[in-house]
Amino acid sequence: MSATDSQHTRRDFLYVATGTAGAVGLAGAVWPFIDQMQPDASTRALASIQVDVSAVEPGMSLTVKWRGRPVFIRNRTEAEIEQARQVPLSELKDPVARNQNLNADAPADDLSRSAGEGKENWLVMLGVCTHLGCVPLGQAGDFGGWFCPCHGSHYDTAGRIRKGPAPENLLVPTFSFVSDTVIQVG
Amino acid sequence: MRKGIMSMNTFIRTLAALGVGLSLAGAAGAAEFPHEKPVEQNWSFAGPFGHYDKGQLQRGLKIYREVCSSCHSLSRVAFRTLSDLGYDEGQVRALAAEYEVEDGPNDDGDMFTRPATPSDYFPAPFANAQQAAASNNGAVPPDLSLIAKARAVERGFPTFVFDIFTQYAEGGPDYIYSLLTGYEEAPEGVQVPEGTYYNPHFIASNSLAMAQPLTDGQVTYDDGSPETLDQYSRDISAFLMWAAEPHLEARKSTGFVVMVFLVLFAGLMFLTKRKVWKDIAH
Amino acid sequence: MSGGHSTYTPKTGVGRWMDARLPLPRLVYDSFVAYPVPRNLNYAYTFGGILSLMLAVQIVTGIVLAMHYAANTGVAFTSVEQIMRDVNSGWLLRYMHANGASFFFIAVYIHIMRGLYYGSYKAPREMLWILGCVIYLLMMATAFMGYVLPWGQMSFWGATVITGFFTAIPVVGDWIQQLLLGGFAVDNPTLNRFFSLHYLLPFMIAGVVVLHVWALHVTGQTNPTGIEVKQKTDTVAFTPYATIKDALAMVVFLLVFAYFIFYIPNFLGHPDNYTEANALVTPAHIVPEWYFLPFYAILRAITFNIGPIDSKLGGVLAMFGAIAVLFVVPWLDTSKVRSAVYRPWYKLFFWLFVIDSVFLGWLGSRPAEGLYVALAQGATLYYFAFFIIIMPVLGLIETPRRLPNSITEAVLEKNKAGANAAAQTTQG
Repeated sequence: MSATDSQHTRRDFLYVATGTAGAVGLAGAVWPFIDQMQPDASTRALASIQVDVSAVEPGMSLTVKWRGRPVFIRNRTEAEIEQARQVPLSELKDPVARNQNLNADAPADDLSRSAGEGKENWLVMLGVCTHLGCVPLGQAGDFGGWFCPCHGSHYDTAGRIRKGPAPENLLVPTFSFVSDTVIQVG
Repeated sequence: MRKGIMSMNTFIRTLAALGVGLSLAGAAGAAEFPHEKPVEQNWSFAGPFGHYDKGQLQRGLKIYREVCSSCHSLSRVAFRTLSDLGYDEGQVRALAAEYEVEDGPNDDGDMFTRPATPSDYFPAPFANAQQAAASNNGAVPPDLSLIAKARAVERGFPTFVFDIFTQYAEGGPDYIYSLLTGYEEAPEGVQVPEGTYYNPHFIASNSLAMAQPLTDGQVTYDDGSPETLDQYSRDISAFLMWAAEPHLEARKSTGFVVMVFLVLFAGLMFLTKRKVWKDIAH
Repeated sequence: MSGGHSTYTPKTGVGRWMDARLPLPRLVYDSFVAYPVPRNLNYAYTFGGILSLMLAVQIVTGIVLAMHYAANTGVAFTSVEQIMRDVNSGWLLRYMHANGASFFFIAVYIHIMRGLYYGSYKAPREMLWILGCVIYLLMMATAFMGYVLPWGQMSFWGATVITGFFTAIPVVGDWIQQLLLGGFAVDNPTLNRFFSLHYLLPFMIAGVVVLHVWALHVTGQTNPTGIEVKQKTDTVAFTPYATIKDALAMVVFLLVFAYFIFYIPNFLGHPDNYTEANALVTPAHIVPEWYFLPFYAILRAITFNIGPIDSKLGGVLAMFGAIAVLFVVPWLDTSKVRSAVYRPWYKLFFWLFVIDSVFLGWLGSRPAEGLYVALAQGATLYYFAFFIIIMPVLGLIETPRRLPNSITEAVLEKNKAGANAAAQTTQG
């Protein structure tokens, strides 16, 4: 390698190194500006909430606000549970449970929609119509469950879509019983 | 020309000396508060690699909860942030639940209280400033969330210039420490207004409406730290610094990375610049 | 230099297509690549670039802060605290913005002083200088209104004092003050309109900056010798020569900026601004941000009536006069020689002026009493004397040193002197 060649290489290396450092610095400087758009600490602190359901008797519902949207917590009556159990899966418009606590392909039988074995009376669902996001009315509609007045979607007593434009069952969010009377959502 | 510069330097030096002289004269002339400058302490969070001492913050929190909180609010501090002090989620939840916060309205339209959750903020001891004043001889105890940044005694020239290089930014905690340990009998001939307490470290006057809040042995520590006024004052000052500047550690550690990067980048820039200009006389 | 013809030749088909329709690449090439700059510019000439960078930093951080800030007296202070505590990287963005204002002013003061030292304002660059003064005025307005937004005690009382200046104006003063405040005192309407204007003004600054740069490119840059460019060897191409030098200066400037942000972010701020605004309690000493202190000292130096003008109006006039006088500097300087390098006496008075300005700044932070007032009066006198007496008179009586014939000659002379000195050292 001649002297000019090695000088040439050294200069190129310097330019590349400086340019790379500049690019790295710029990328690092850009990050806080993107980061600040993410939900802040006070919002994240409310990502999961605990709800006391000790006062919710069978046949009563509770609506709580979670992550800015309503969550329906219903203590279902025996009749409602029975009614939902009678429905064959083949009649369902959406045969998947849509329960975030179960596998994504779990069938939409009543047990899979409810809080599970021994807690079949509890139904916890995001109160947002899967059509276009309205809030359905409780204990209304053709199936005695929920009815969305915006575009006429009917849900049954397990929150499954039965009639109308909505494509999916009402979403069951991640939740658990921290004690017999306290539900943690999220 | 060379000579001209020399004489100018001499001139500037003379002027600077004059300035220092004047500033001293000025400082002596303005017998302002506080009478005594804050006593500088060694803080773990000072300097470029500063970090909070979690044990100290926990002790400080204990002092706030057991002593200060009966009069002072800490309204901008959320319980969730106490995880910074080394508490786990369960401990934070339990600690929050010891406080009652107002919520509501319920279905009957009434406000009610419930145990606080981590997302709540420290509740204030008084409903409003008027109630606080009425209960405290007319003086509203200030909120403590930002007190460590809202109080600093002027450093004066030329100290404030040196502060840039020593990174002195602990004027707040130094002041709080000095105030808490600074109570003493009013000297002969000094009249202190009724209901106030003499303290030469107080920033705004001779005396303040708060009686000496901490004394030796007042708060029980469970980590074996000395239960003295001195230790208490240091711990609460550190805790209040954390309350005012919770991201101090992230700031300083990010800063180190940024500074190292910029120094290297500046070095590369300098070499590149020299290379580019190599054959151009300028 | 728009006088020179463009040397841009698009190399690709797309480039030619674009050049025939919107010759933006040509504009950029002519202005920031081929644009000739004097070869002898020193680092004092890099602050124009640094100021552009700071304007960008302030606008970008400001826009993201506005995503979290709420301009309402009930929540403004709290929203700033939420930025500091809860917003991701919020503390960093807010400290960048707050310290950025200070560093913007540090850069602009060096930029202005460089202009005064090298006579950059002299014909044919009067418009360039005046546009710079307009930018400076806009910066002051923007910074003042921005300081009100956190709604701390200093925000509130600073706004009260500064809008109070206008009450000194006879007859319409009170009306103007109420017009600014939207009420009888600083309150929610004030905060809201200040936020609106604080958001608007930086874009106006950016607009005037475009004019400023345009004017610069019409006349070309000055240089330390003050001699105009005469031949091709006097200049080098903007890119890479000026670009890399500006970039180096920017990085070093950012280094100092970062030091303040990360290690002493509240050094340039005032503790009282961490206490929420309270219309019933005034802080013991109201002081403006450091970059206004010299003017604040001038304001308070006028403690006496001047004929029919009372001291209050006199102070306000003096303060505004201190800024207004900058606008007419091109016509106050009578010297035929541009640069202080060749004007030994002007150089002396210039540095005295710099010291005087810093001294005024320090006095502005002191209480307005006793010795301080007398010192401020002396310093104010020199401030105005520098512009109104020294500049015109000195230009007529001073004997400047011999000027080189061209920039190239100056550079070669300097280098030869350096080489000779080196040679003598080796011989000796």
